[in-house]
Amino acid sequence: MRIPCPFCGPRDSQEFSFLGQAGLKRPDPAAPDAQKQFHDYVHIRDNKAGMTKELWLHANGCRSWIVVERNTLTHEVTGSEFASPMTKEAAQ
Amino acid sequence: MHYSVFSIISQAFKGQKDWKPVWRYPEPKAEYDMLIIGGGGHGLATAYYLAKNHGYTNIAVIEKNYLGSGSVGRNTTIVRSNYQEPGNIPFYEHSLKLWEGLEQDLNYNAMMSQRGVLNLYHSDGQRDDYARRGNAMMMHGVRADLLNREQVREVVPFLDFDNARFPIHGGLMQWRGGTARHDAVAWGFARGADSRGVDILQNTEAKQIRVENGKVVGVETSRGFIKAKKVGIVAAGNTTRIAETAGLRLPIESYVLQAFVSEAIKPLIPCVVTFGAGHFYISQSDKGGLVFGASLDYYTSYAARGNLPGVEDTIEEAMAIMPSISRVKLLRHWGGIMDMSMDGSPIIDKTGIEGLYIDCGWCYGGFKATPASGYCMAHLMATDESHPVATALKLNRFETGHVIDEAGTGAQPNLH
Amino acid sequence: MSQLHRIASGGLINRTKPLSFKFDGKSYQGFEGDTLASALLANNVQLVARSFKYHRPRGILTAGSEEPNALVELRSGARHEPNVRSTVAELYDGLVAQSQNRWPSLGFDLGAVNSLLSPFFAAGFYYKTFMWPAAFWEKVYEPLIRRAAGLGKPPLHDDVDGYEKAFAHCDVLVIGAGPAGLSAALAAARSGARVILADEGPLLGGRLLSDKRVIGNQSGLDWVRATEAELASLPNVRLMPRTTIFGAYDHGVYGALERVNDHVATPPAYEPRQRAYRIYAKRAVLAAGAIERPHVFGNNDRPGVMLGSAMRTYINRYAVLPTKRVAIFTSSDEAYATAQDLIAAGGSVQAIIDTRADATISAPKDIPHFKGAQILNAHGNKQVQGVEIKLADGTIRILDCDGVAMSNGWNPAVHLTCHQGGRPVWDEKVNAFLPGTPPPGMSVAGAAQGHFGLKETLVDGSQLGAAAADELGFKAQAIAPPDTDPESLAHKPLWRVKSSSGKCFVDFQHDVTDTDIELANREGFRSVEHMKRYTTLGMATDQGKTANISGLAILGEASGRTMAEVGTTIFRPPYTPVSLGALAGHHVHKNFRPTRLTPSHQWAEEQGAVFMETGLWMRAQFFPKKKSEGWLEAMSREVEITRSKVGVCDVSTLGKIDFQGKDVGTFLDRVYTGTFSTLAVGKVRYGLMMREDGFVQDDGTTARLSEHHWLMTTTTAGAGKVMAHLEFCHQVLWPELDIAFTSVTEQWAQYSIAGPHARDVLKKLVDVQHDMSNDAFPYMACGAITICNGIPARLFRISFSGELAYEIGVPNRYGDALVRAIMKAGEEFGITPYGLEALSTMRIEKGHVAGGELNGQTTPRDLGLIKMVSQKKDCIGKHMSERPAMLEPDRPIFVGLKPKNPNAKITGGAHFLDKGAKPSLENDLGHMMSVAYSPMLKSWIGLGLVKRGRERIGDTIRAVDFVRGTEFDVEICDPVFFDPEGARLRA
Repeated sequence: MRIPCPFCGPRDSQEFSFLGQAGLKRPDPAAPDAQKQFHDYVHIRDNKAGMTKELWLHANGCRSWIVVERNTLTHEVTGSEFASPMTKEAAQ
Repeated sequence: MHYSVFSIISQAFKGQKDWKPVWRYPEPKAEYDMLIIGGGGHGLATAYYLAKNHGYTNIAVIEKNYLGSGSVGRNTTIVRSNYQEPGNIPFYEHSLKLWEGLEQDLNYNAMMSQRGVLNLYHSDGQRDDYARRGNAMMMHGVRADLLNREQVREVVPFLDFDNARFPIHGGLMQWRGGTARHDAVAWGFARGADSRGVDILQNTEAKQIRVENGKVVGVETSRGFIKAKKVGIVAAGNTTRIAETAGLRLPIESYVLQAFVSEAIKPLIPCVVTFGAGHFYISQSDKGGLVFGASLDYYTSYAARGNLPGVEDTIEEAMAIMPSISRVKLLRHWGGIMDMSMDGSPIIDKTGIEGLYIDCGWCYGGFKATPASGYCMAHLMATDESHPVATALKLNRFETGHVIDEAGTGAQPNLH
Repeated sequence: MSQLHRIASGGLINRTKPLSFKFDGKSYQGFEGDTLASALLANNVQLVARSFKYHRPRGILTAGSEEPNALVELRSGARHEPNVRSTVAELYDGLVAQSQNRWPSLGFDLGAVNSLLSPFFAAGFYYKTFMWPAAFWEKVYEPLIRRAAGLGKPPLHDDVDGYEKAFAHCDVLVIGAGPAGLSAALAAARSGARVILADEGPLLGGRLLSDKRVIGNQSGLDWVRATEAELASLPNVRLMPRTTIFGAYDHGVYGALERVNDHVATPPAYEPRQRAYRIYAKRAVLAAGAIERPHVFGNNDRPGVMLGSAMRTYINRYAVLPTKRVAIFTSSDEAYATAQDLIAAGGSVQAIIDTRADATISAPKDIPHFKGAQILNAHGNKQVQGVEIKLADGTIRILDCDGVAMSNGWNPAVHLTCHQGGRPVWDEKVNAFLPGTPPPGMSVAGAAQGHFGLKETLVDGSQLGAAAADELGFKAQAIAPPDTDPESLAHKPLWRVKSSSGKCFVDFQHDVTDTDIELANREGFRSVEHMKRYTTLGMATDQGKTANISGLAILGEASGRTMAEVGTTIFRPPYTPVSLGALAGHHVHKNFRPTRLTPSHQWAEEQGAVFMETGLWMRAQFFPKKKSEGWLEAMSREVEITRSKVGVCDVSTLGKIDFQGKDVGTFLDRVYTGTFSTLAVGKVRYGLMMREDGFVQDDGTTARLSEHHWLMTTTTAGAGKVMAHLEFCHQVLWPELDIAFTSVTEQWAQYSIAGPHARDVLKKLVDVQHDMSNDAFPYMACGAITICNGIPARLFRISFSGELAYEIGVPNRYGDALVRAIMKAGEEFGITPYGLEALSTMRIEKGHVAGGELNGQTTPRDLGLIKMVSQKKDCIGKHMSERPAMLEPDRPIFVGLKPKNPNAKITGGAHFLDKGAKPSLENDLGHMMSVAYSPMLKSWIGLGLVKRGRERIGDTIRAVDFVRGTEFDVEICDPVFFDPEGARLRA
């Protein structure tokens, strides 16, 4: 598998480590049901069969966390971007 | 028909003409007492024990492919109960005990071979970790032996004791562990369930679990709607896809795990050996192939295939403990989908939807659990109570904090 | 006389280079260009192997990598290799091979008794028996089965040859260098695209090496040579003979095995035996050709029975007449070419037995020609001695012959198209499974696509090669191929001969017969996967390359289904078996993983240090004074000297992360349990870090070097994962924070100087302007300083040992010099270097948590560190660490443990039981996490987790270590055993 790093270009997946579902929002720690929200945030996953957005770290590269759009049924990768909006902005 | 030496001899003289089909290919009925979604090892075992232990025979197993087409037919066949956490030990030991009587129970030779499972350790810290695990097992009466380097050498003299990057200091041995013939386990349970009246519906895909007023009423399948008041999801890597049709969201991610077999060679490896300075396990099949595997391909996937980095990592680990197999050749490698839970331990529980039960989160240790998983899931579906050895395997344990994290790697499934 | 079956002229062998070789101890001669198989046949060696289950005598079926029968053990000693296909093993001078899976000899194999017992050994018989008595499986049945099974003997020595891994990139990868592949490569290459052309054989050309063909106005061979010459002349082309593309992986990554030096006795110096490649290809053209199908008839496995195409290969390419009096059994017009080649080579065609009553092709003059006929059985044991033929009118004839050439149509080599889930599709027109959906970027040309004619193969290759380059933006044009000589391809496969009396093999190597498949079907194993697994069809070393399709056809027939309905099993990588050594490359022995050494490693070696693996690092475990000093003695001495005088320890392996920015304090508040934003410049604070699930993941210290400049340390083991975690926290959770950080673990060497004389030693090193007094530089102070006349350094007054201690960091390149300077400065105070054992003992004496306690299963509360968790703010893991289970009073908690008998050697991993309590999970109180012998207390001491331990201080419980056979009474105590007030470290 090759992962397109927005900074380094396409690289072998071996250079990356994988975290999981992207777009999970860390709950507000002050929310009244924060413990329930944190439970979901830490444990519950869509685990989608199909197109997903997921977090990869270019660990043996530029060390950017990136959001990769990938199909879990086919492994097809259709895009990637920096996870950090700041980096995204700076890159443009 | 009953299998025995006599049936073999008599059939030999009859040109093998009278063997009966091991299972039927029934048409689905409109309604069953219970439906099991998933005709893999665990699903078939659930059906078998529902029939045998609880007398339920008007039940069906729904399998989208051929029976045994999932992980039960593509794993590295290791059977053991060398667990550390109190939530796991009784369950896996129950499973091992079932294994020990399985063939006579099923009248089917699953070639359960108690040749030993040896976990190598490579440092003092790891030795103490294994001692902790072995002692936890002994607390439950499960025998474990801590071997030193020389004792390990006696068992597996061909390992690299002299020139390894991570020298072997010793190992934890469970002699009662071993391997079994994976397909035969699925077939044996299927035959046993079928002969007790269970309908195994192959090539029948569960499309949608139908829930009305918080209660299960049946399952839409590729062969039409089938009514049932109780439905068990026993779908391993596809658990999420089935559960989400009932609106459930689960602490599960699906990853691909590869497995490997070499060309057949004459006997070399007497037991199961695992490498402690990585994550690697190997045994030799009765046919002679070296059967081995290592870590997950570390990304989520529903495609049952892996990639080269995983292949190379695995084989590097093989060579790390046994450089002598350099000229043995890899014959085949394949991938399967693992239902990885957030603490690396399984779930056998109710779901909050009346009549819907779930058996999942087997990570890459599901094969050894096959009998007990079926046994406990059957108990749960029949009685609405967790079986005493499976009380810790709750779905809500992530909320309560009663997690069962053998590896201590936390809520990150690809690290378990 | 040697080489009786060698044809007088012709062939692609070098007759001026005779080679000698040995098979089963007997010497033979062959020529350069031979394979072991062709050389054996040249010497009329027909019996070369025994089958897997029945130990039937076997010969050579094919001339390629699909060979199921002719497997041998090659070479000896440390180069011994089992299961080598003699049909692709290139001959070299001095080659030594032996037959395998037989005892006592190939000619007389006792295992052949299995053949007599075969009525009992039907498919799957073992599932139905060997169950009584239960204990007999491991002791009696299984050892017997295991010994009988297996093929070649495993190697017993470490391989003496080397292996490499390599990477290659191209625009178009062409797989297979037959006519289709050569055309594809040429069309793509002429456009300027970067092309790799790989073929498993040593020569390019494919079937053109084996069949006498004409292309345009030249021979097929000359066309190959001209094409190869042009390709070789192009700088954008890389030719890779002896290279098997064994797998097609995601995103155009192909696995390849190059057999660099298997064709010579031993690799030249500095060259690997084999090289495993990852080839990154934007496009691929699969031109892997096809594999001819055998016929399934009685005793079709007898030596001398061979594929017709293989027969032609041996005659034309190797100038060997495999057998001299051949019966041709065919369902295809191609066999008539075999007949002509046989006659031209001086062989005798005893008859052509064509299964097609309506075959229109005519036989060569004077050759008996039976249409609508079948071979029922082959006669003979170690070689065919005749065949029993059933003619169209039903009469039976016996035909004398010593060989059979079978032609039953071709199976396209679609394997690589299936590696990403593609399923082959049955095509009625060509009677073959064709590629379904190949992996993205792959197209399939020539025979692999079911285009069997030479002309269409050339057209196909050229068009697809051009198209692949064209899609990538090169201006590529298909090359119009010249005309080829006429050929006749009509065929109608016959899947099995029905009224045979002998065993009809489908899978030769695994001894799977047609009746085994019928039995599987009868028993309900109707799915093709069930049938495969029940009979083991296609599961041998050849993965059923010659067997699978016939097996499917027989299953279809038995179950009343068409080929399309039956479908195929899944082809998985590798295409042909790959040495494990090649896939591991150089990652063997000490090179399995990198070894990390600290800057002062050499110094430690000079001190006689004993090293231990700590992750990838090698760290000094202890420094024995003399060889006889064991770890306990050395550790005790190191501790005593450090605690009474001064010691130095290399702590360079600790993770170090350099932070800069105005929001570092805020960030640290969120990732650490404690508060850091209030930390004054010039101060250090201990930090505890949780994962978001509420368990501790690491600990360490963070120093504030200046307003916006901080330095964090992590544990050695945790360095990598903490870094990734912090990057996640910053880049994903809180990108708005103005911080930047990077790992500087390798950039700084760091040493701990500990003991009452630590300051005295330090003063001799630190440049004079720095005030080292306790007031000026108190406990938990830090600062940037200079030492040894201006060398930049960082000084931290932190202590893991509990002594007055400093950690001093210098740029990596000064590490070695610094430790030597410290030793020199400390000489007058009696300084000792100390290793991990002493470090660990001292931290246990002080009750500090480390690896054994930070095992990912403990919360701050479990470790007695709840005070470290600020209740005024949120941090990573805070909420999850307060889940109900984590607050249960029964949860095991961190305590010290002291054996009642100080000499009792308590052990890590022991579990705790109350006195009189029976072992059970319910009674299990917890476990011992770390132990040490304390030279200060003159006793073994331990740290552990005990249920309600804090409430039970002073109680005596049992530390039970079943697996080591020990049990000791231990007293629960405070985890701080030494200097509980901390007076020493503030001194």
